[in-house]
Amino acid sequence: MPYPCITGRASGIFPADSGNKTWGKTVSRLTTTESLKLDGQDKIKRFEDAVMVHLDAAYNLARWLARDDDAARDIAQEACLRALRFFDTFRGGNARPWLLAIVRNSYYTWLEKNRPEAEHVPFEDDLHTETTDGADGGGRNCFDSIERMLQQEDSRRIVNRALDQLPPEFREIIVLRELEDMSYKEIAAIANIPIGTVMSRLSRARRMMLVRLRQDDAES
Amino acid sequence: MDCAQTRSCMHGYLDGELDPVTSAGVEEHVKSCAACEKTLEEHSMLRGALRKSAPYHRAPGDLADRIRSEVRRSAGVAGVKPRRFNWLPFQLAAAMAATAAFTWIAAIHVGVPSAEEMVAMQVISGHSRSVITGHPADVTSSDQHTVKPWLSSKLDFSPPVTDLTTAGFPLVGGRLDYVENRPVAVLVYRHRQHIIDLFVWPKAGSDDAPSMRKLSKNGYHLLSWTKKGMAFWAISDLNSPELKDFARVYAAAE
Repeated sequence: MPYPCITGRASGIFPADSGNKTWGKTVSRLTTTESLKLDGQDKIKRFEDAVMVHLDAAYNLARWLARDDDAARDIAQEACLRALRFFDTFRGGNARPWLLAIVRNSYYTWLEKNRPEAEHVPFEDDLHTETTDGADGGGRNCFDSIERMLQQEDSRRIVNRALDQLPPEFREIIVLRELEDMSYKEIAAIANIPIGTVMSRLSRARRMMLVRLRQDDAES
Repeated sequence: MDCAQTRSCMHGYLDGELDPVTSAGVEEHVKSCAACEKTLEEHSMLRGALRKSAPYHRAPGDLADRIRSEVRRSAGVAGVKPRRFNWLPFQLAAAMAATAAFTWIAAIHVGVPSAEEMVAMQVISGHSRSVITGHPADVTSSDQHTVKPWLSSKLDFSPPVTDLTTAGFPLVGGRLDYVENRPVAVLVYRHRQHIIDLFVWPKAGSDDAPSMRKLSKNGYHLLSWTKKGMAFWAISDLNSPELKDFARVYAAAE
């Protein structure tokens, strides 16, 4: 059965952009408002009010993607400057998803420049056997162990590691959903993927994390 | 709902993204299926653990300062001065207009303002406020199919929005304001360097008044008319004949 209320692409999150590929890359259509451009000071003020308040979110996403403090600083800064450059195309509303989309693009630009050797490895390892979510014969034990583990004192470290080990395209979905509390529609707009893909990646990412947690538990 | 369907809907369920009927279907199924119930609980626990324990990396304190100074620097360097529109005279004019409006408000409180004057006052204030704050529009788009739905989504009515670029009055965008104790739509048009605000709201019991009423206050010209149960107030620092042109073009296109 399809998901009755969450089908289709995420149009309408950013009414400004007909194709959200333009974010942080090229902006082809500057509108008739050019002559209305506000003077520098005022633009900076509006920019800071709308965008800079989301710097924590920008840094958090950059940090989770790059997994490095210095890189996250550079990416967040680059994203903010890009956002300033394209601020004329931002048409109001919540700037957080808009900025996060730019952060994401900035990260991939950074990745190309700094880690050209980074391979894009589809994450296909031991998860094929996990399609039933461990409901197969794991019995009550699995459930108990994960619950027990998550109640441990170092659950922060355990969760951190499980999330850290996810491939980036899954990591970003979890970060956007659980840490930034973005809706499926917003995530779809940020990552420029259909909502159905958001669903499947989220479901896959969560299953991967549970597998990691179980492995951790078995090793401890 | 069977197990496979439940599994595929489970995440939408946990994230509150399902419609009520599907949601109820998931709940119904897990009541009678221990395996699915367990899976749902695991995912729910994982979700709780992530929200509780996953580190949220806040931006280091000095990063905001660094970016702010970069922003100022790049805005100063990258500014394309000749294309930049100088608002200062308008801001001064608007400030003066606002002062005048205030004086006028004070003056008419001595007398008894007519209902029409009360509305005019609110329209002038709304227009002046947007000019002073340099915020002509909440939604900036020359596309009527962007502006109209945006306004409709915020209001309990749908204002007629038409792009009049071909007639020399390009649509700039729209914003919300509050007049006569209700939220109203403001359509923002431009003519050369002049901004025209068109305030629109439903007016119960209003007949079509083909004749436009003209008002001039504080250097602004205002035109008001009603049509199809809607009140229209156009305000601008354009001269009166040009504003009238605008109103005529708008009324004809609508």
